[in-house]
Amino acid sequence: MWPLQLLGRNTLALISGLGRAVIVLLSALLHKPNPRKGIPLLLQQLYSVGVMSLIIIIVSGGFIGMVLALQGYTILVGYGAEASLGPMVALSLLRELGPVVSALLFAGRAGSALTAEIGLMKATEQLSSLEMMAVDPLRRVIAPRFWAGFISLPLLAAIFSMVGILGAHLVGVDWLGVDAGTFWSVMQDQVDFNKDILNGIIKSVVFAFVVTWIAIYKGYDCEPTSEGISRATTSTVVQSSLLVLALDFILTALMFAR
Amino acid sequence: MTLPVATLDNLIEIKNLTFTRGERVIYNDISLSIPTGKVTAIMGPSGIGKTTLLRLIGGQIKPDSGKILLSGKNIPSLSRQNLYETRKRMSMLFQSGALFTDMNVFDNIAFPIREHSKLPENIIEKIVLMKLEAVGLRGARDLQPNELSGGMARRVALARAIALDPELILYDEPFAGQDPISMGVIVRLIRSLSDALGLTSVVVSHDVPEVMSIADYIYIIAEQKIIGHGTPDQIRQDQSPLVKQFVQGKADGPVPFHYQAPSYQNELIKLSPTMHERGKI
Repeated sequence: MWPLQLLGRNTLALISGLGRAVIVLLSALLHKPNPRKGIPLLLQQLYSVGVMSLIIIIVSGGFIGMVLALQGYTILVGYGAEASLGPMVALSLLRELGPVVSALLFAGRAGSALTAEIGLMKATEQLSSLEMMAVDPLRRVIAPRFWAGFISLPLLAAIFSMVGILGAHLVGVDWLGVDAGTFWSVMQDQVDFNKDILNGIIKSVVFAFVVTWIAIYKGYDCEPTSEGISRATTSTVVQSSLLVLALDFILTALMFAR
Repeated sequence: MTLPVATLDNLIEIKNLTFTRGERVIYNDISLSIPTGKVTAIMGPSGIGKTTLLRLIGGQIKPDSGKILLSGKNIPSLSRQNLYETRKRMSMLFQSGALFTDMNVFDNIAFPIREHSKLPENIIEKIVLMKLEAVGLRGARDLQPNELSGGMARRVALARAIALDPELILYDEPFAGQDPISMGVIVRLIRSLSDALGLTSVVVSHDVPEVMSIADYIYIIAEQKIIGHGTPDQIRQDQSPLVKQFVQGKADGPVPFHYQAPSYQNELIKLSPTMHERGKI
């Protein structure tokens, strides 16, 4: 009997958790905007969520582009096809690595920080005290953090791809000697705006929504103890990483499968 | 035992309130009233849900049954918007202080004023300095919450609680863990806020001497019920054994000193065979 009970309990917990997550998101976002108070709060969060993630995104993007160029060159040169290095690197980054890797890095850097911050505010009764001051913590604390994450990640993914291509140029053209004109012109010829760039942007928008939603919900819903916060932070990173990878497969199948 | 008759002089009326958490009954059909402009204390041993009562009054949790009337409006049945409107009239001093850790002392106290009024910044500054002066911490205006001692944090939180001059202040264990100076400041403030401004105060505490010195009226709660109530003098002379035990702080009495447990001797004797089984003896 008990495996069945376990299944039932876990399913119920999953469904009620999903319901709570939807309620948190909707009550945070569905209200009349107040630009006078909202915009300074949003800017502050854009700084701590987005700008503070720039370093890890730029450094990782650069190295991934360099590795792609190095690996791609050694394979392509065997077929005399090193002229295709530009499009190979650009397509890998724009379609897959840009959105996916930046979402994974974002979950680790910004998602975990959001969960821990909100969880600690809950544990120290700051959220309760906002409520008692007649300030809705969902609007005041949760909403600006959600929008900041949702806006930041697609931009970070674009920066990631751009730096990656520059890194590939550094290795492929400046170091390994691929012709610069070929590198850029074949890339320009092969990369399609709608199919490649736009699809990559759609992916990173979806990932931004999912990762930020998980991060704020886990913080808001966590058990207000040090153990509870640590569990919530871990599950933010684990769940958003897994969901990003699974969603990436589904989106790729929808976008690129013939 | 008769409860005070409901009159217009009561800011809060709690009627037949029942609240359970999971299987555990916290309050079983209690009724009490908080008179306007007075200091009312709710006393009782730790863990009987005194803080819960404040959260019920603040509308953060809902009772299973019963009414909580604040000037005639039943808090549990208010819409979200009306509840937030009603909360503007009250404030709560949390046991931990609950200061916002990302702001300094000045901004913490200015926060409720900035949220709920459109006063110009130079007037807000004057109000904040007045509140800080009242708790004796005007010099600490630029400190961050993590630079404050526990007692100072509680006083800053008190300054923030009175920033908007609410009608009602709920104090959650204001005396717990305070040094004598902070204790004196807080005791004097609670009393003078009520005397000078006609504020209604609800103090939840288990510190008998401090409560006896400032409260106008006292309710003692234990075992899900109100076991006694009256002015401090009436409480001192109360002959009920439960009240006497609590006020005089005796270990033995109707409220058992021990948490429910099997017989002490049996449990000690049972220990040796288990240690044998583990091979330690």
